[in-house]
Amino acid sequence: MCAREWRRARLREVALDTEALRREFPALDTPVHGRRLAYLDSASTALKPRAVIDAVVRVFTHEAGNVHRGVHALSEAATEAFDAARDEIARFIGGRPDEIVLTRGTTEAVNLIAHSWGRAHVGPGDVVIATALEHHSNLVPWQVLCAERGATLRIAPVDDGGRLELAAFAALLDDRVKLVAVSQLSNVVGTIAPIAQIAALAHAAGALVVVDGAQAVAHLAVDVAALGCDFYAFSGHKLFAPTGTGVLWGRRAVLAEMPAWQTGGEMVAAVDYGRARLREPPHRFEAGTPNIAGVIGLAAAIRYLATIDRAAVARHEARLHRRLVDELTAQRGVRVLGDPEAAVVAFTVAGAHPHDIATIVDRDGVAIRSGHHCAEPLHHRLGVDASVRASLAHYNDDADVDALIASLARVREVLS
Amino acid sequence: MSAIDELYQATIVDHDRAPRNGGRLAGATHHATVDNPLCGDVITVQARIVDGAVQDIAFEGRGCALSRAAASIMTTMVQGGTPDAARRLATAFEHFVQSAPDAAIPEDLGDLRAFAGVRRFRSRRVCAMLAFRTLMQALDAGT
Repeated sequence: MCAREWRRARLREVALDTEALRREFPALDTPVHGRRLAYLDSASTALKPRAVIDAVVRVFTHEAGNVHRGVHALSEAATEAFDAARDEIARFIGGRPDEIVLTRGTTEAVNLIAHSWGRAHVGPGDVVIATALEHHSNLVPWQVLCAERGATLRIAPVDDGGRLELAAFAALLDDRVKLVAVSQLSNVVGTIAPIAQIAALAHAAGALVVVDGAQAVAHLAVDVAALGCDFYAFSGHKLFAPTGTGVLWGRRAVLAEMPAWQTGGEMVAAVDYGRARLREPPHRFEAGTPNIAGVIGLAAAIRYLATIDRAAVARHEARLHRRLVDELTAQRGVRVLGDPEAAVVAFTVAGAHPHDIATIVDRDGVAIRSGHHCAEPLHHRLGVDASVRASLAHYNDDADVDALIASLARVREVLS
Repeated sequence: MSAIDELYQATIVDHDRAPRNGGRLAGATHHATVDNPLCGDVITVQARIVDGAVQDIAFEGRGCALSRAAASIMTTMVQGGTPDAARRLATAFEHFVQSAPDAAIPEDLGDLRAFAGVRRFRSRRVCAMLAFRTLMQALDAGT
């Protein structure tokens, strides 16, 4: 076998069967405005595979009890599935089950850190650093915390490509810095932050590191130990799981010292009329009845991901992303924001407002996001007010990219 | 006509490309600035009201074709009229935009009739109404 034949054989071997994959996602079967759906908005929320939908239906059909409360059959079935879900989530990101706090999403996870750890550790004169790339959910909680505690928020700059300027970041670090907040994969420019390096620099200065993994977790293999961060937050719904689910992983020693934030049932060990004794983490941070079906659905999504070849998925997404960026860059009047490395690409079209673009391509069955994608300061840093964003998941294929490019021609036609 | 062609009618594209009364107004007696939280767009409306009449009106800001065209057409229609007439027009336009897609189009809306298509685009109604809402704030607040 010559080298070329070998390469071809290898390509066949590793190529992803996207047709089969797409059949797992019922939403892709439903035409939109009579057209084949080109769903390019997975960075907003990912579609759900049948395995997740079935898991949620199963909970409400057979395991409909509350968790950790009853001794009857339905409650025990729900508790068993719910506790197993926490174990699976922990394995998925390389943490321990008692380091997994279940939340409503990334936003609630970051707010938990700000309210609990932040109020206990950030005081007047202290500093929190967030990068210029941050989604509002990893920026506004730090603004509010700093204003409340008399602390200062510093912004670590990015270059025109949307990459964190590591030397400038290092220069912001001193012994007043308590916390560094950084997103692993930008939801706008699609750049990947060097978390391990950031964590090493931050730790040397005595600061902890919060990683917003909302985008990264669906595209990169996440191992919290290798990243070296102290907190890692992500949402279930961008990982093909139900909305209203999220995870805060926290280093055990850090979680153990953190005060409660929301209080009530489920998070207490013993209560009398005067006072309550709180449970150990993670339960200390999980007041009230959790999103049981959602969490079990999140575990189903993780199991689903284990059935597909993640290396082949990564290659497929990388190829499609490269093609998307190249085709957009070649379009007249299109400006791609930054130098996207993975999964998302945000762009502007001269003479067309992002909302008009998104409305027009939607009628061709193309779903993309328009606006500032909850990252208004980053848009201003890049010199624009808003953009449109196409984002990928493993179920996207070349036909989706073709549909977007073809529809952009229609945008120019309609608006001139 | 497709829903998109109905939405982006020639009148709307024309006002988006060449807005009337764009820019700042010297000697304004009333002004307001409103954000569209959907997209971070922002619009400022200024008016000079003398002797109970809108002598001059102008708008500036950034926005989509729908919000710019609505602002442009609005300025041409309220200029020279009374603030009360402007309020009545705002109310009529808001009702129109929120009406069923196939409901009759009121005759007295003038060029704003071009917004008939937005009735099929629920998430875009706010874009069409942004300018009028800003004008109402300006009239309520004064300078």
